[in-house]
Amino acid sequence: MVSHKSRTGWILLLKFTLSDRGGRVTMSARVLVGVKRVIDYAVKIRVKPDRTGVVTDGVKHSMNPFCEIAVEEAIKLKEKKLVKEVVAVSCGPQQVQETIRTALAMGADRGIHVEVSGKDYETLGPLQVSKIFAALAKKEQADLIILGKQAIDDDCNQTGQMTAALLDWPQGTFASEMTLEADKLKVVREVDGGLETIKIKLPAVVTADLRLNTPRYATLPNIMKAKKKKIANVKPADLGVDVCSRLEVLKVDEPPQRQAGVKVETVDDLVGKLKEAGRV
Amino acid sequence: MGNCLVPSSLITSGRRSGLLQRFQSTLVVAEHNNETLTPITLNAITAATKLGSDVSCLVAGTNCAKVAEQLSKVQGVKKVLVAQHEAYKGLLPEELTPLILATQKQFSFTHICAGASAFGKNLLPRVAAKLDVAPISDIIEIKSPDTFVRTIYAGNALCTIKCNESVKVFTVRGTSFEPAAVEGGSASSEEVSPSAPVGVSEWLEQTLTKSDRPELTSAKVVVSGGRGLKNGENFKLLYDLADKLNAAVGASRAAVDAGYVPNDMQVGQTGKIVAPELYIAVGISGAIQHLAGMKDSKTIVAINKDPEAPIFQVADYGIVADLFKVVPELTEALKK
Repeated sequence: MVSHKSRTGWILLLKFTLSDRGGRVTMSARVLVGVKRVIDYAVKIRVKPDRTGVVTDGVKHSMNPFCEIAVEEAIKLKEKKLVKEVVAVSCGPQQVQETIRTALAMGADRGIHVEVSGKDYETLGPLQVSKIFAALAKKEQADLIILGKQAIDDDCNQTGQMTAALLDWPQGTFASEMTLEADKLKVVREVDGGLETIKIKLPAVVTADLRLNTPRYATLPNIMKAKKKKIANVKPADLGVDVCSRLEVLKVDEPPQRQAGVKVETVDDLVGKLKEAGRV
Repeated sequence: MGNCLVPSSLITSGRRSGLLQRFQSTLVVAEHNNETLTPITLNAITAATKLGSDVSCLVAGTNCAKVAEQLSKVQGVKKVLVAQHEAYKGLLPEELTPLILATQKQFSFTHICAGASAFGKNLLPRVAAKLDVAPISDIIEIKSPDTFVRTIYAGNALCTIKCNESVKVFTVRGTSFEPAAVEGGSASSEEVSPSAPVGVSEWLEQTLTKSDRPELTSAKVVVSGGRGLKNGENFKLLYDLADKLNAAVGASRAAVDAGYVPNDMQVGQTGKIVAPELYIAVGISGAIQHLAGMKDSKTIVAINKDPEAPIFQVADYGIVADLFKVVPELTEALKK
């Protein structure tokens, strides 16, 4: 017996089939999610004494928090049967496979590890990563790319926008809500004065803000299952992407330290001090 | 690997940029709401003038006259480029990017910048990718026309970057540059042809948080509340204090996530970056991500009952006490 619910689901699927793909009448939507391995958000970072970067060896790493939100959103779409497949992609050395595994344990179907290591990894930036994502989106025939709005290490907030540009797809950045409506996506964005709603045509790129969802924890059985899922290995050159960068990091410094402050006992003391300092 | 083969086209453009060193020109993409210029544009103009170049401003929108008029008086602006079209409703990046690319083709700017607001962050990376250059986000200092300083790791490290791209595309941290004077300039104005509508995106609506208080990122005084406020109603204590100080009210992520206040009040790595003269943190522990948004404030005051809270490590003046007692007392004391 076909329940009303699944019927509705099927109608949505049919609507979501993209007409410019030779009229395929199957649930064909594929989502790419980008996941970045970064130093864990709770770690107090240290600048290297030679000022070439920050210390990463022996430091706890995890999935960039915004990427977790992107993965969660992609999986939710799959659970609503609005997409067929969720592919998690990460660019970097061998260790990023752990990050891909985490995405697989959350519910992504398969992974792609774009191998970049050594000097190339040190200079790998949003421009190179967006070229990789754009090439993969074409190769994998993706209909939607979901990324985090920024990585908490380089704080660039660029990759999603640049990927959209390279593909000539529309972008829904800083998304706090997204709804599929036939071949369009309604996105509520977090902007400076409040929220704004846009409607963009698929295929599209969305970048997740903190408020989009609460990422799930991977359960032990799912972590075990994730070990069986496939991670394909590709190199940027296989995708025709040149990873060379024209940005050069000259140095990385500690920010200036603030002078130690004083504790005051009473409100009157506080007001007195602020008046002395000319702040009130 | 890692050694880049420089294509011959780049060598020529390198030579050309050497020549252009003396004739630099910067395009500042103006942010506005069809009525007034957004203040961060003035900070971006100051940054642009530091490049020692001619500064042009692009105003695109559905109604540009007022903003173009304001911009023509801003000190440091040489030329105001105006593109008015219905397609620029909501300032969608899909529509603005072709316009900026066409403008770039016509005037060959060496630098393209905007304020690092939600608008600038959304738009400029798209422009950069189309120009096949790596953009630089949220710069806090300009060392030379190709060398910039920005923060990484939530403001816990300063990164100095040399940009060897033919066009430097960057966003400017508003609080790191003084606003340009809004009087005394005399820029010429020029119409630029609107680009053909792309039509892949559509702006539907905006829900702005209404407030009579000063705007958060440019306020001289900011009073912020965190989880310690316990609920949204208690934020009234902060509004009362803010009114006495003519301050804007901010919040930590904890307060936003708990639903006490709307998202656009969030101060921090992923919210707004503020650097007021006085920042009063109330019931905020001072997580790395929050400090990223306020630690360049001139004077920081912390009100927290936990003497171990990390906020005290950056506070100039701290008071270890119950905020529900201290805040009303402070409001009262300021009335005198």
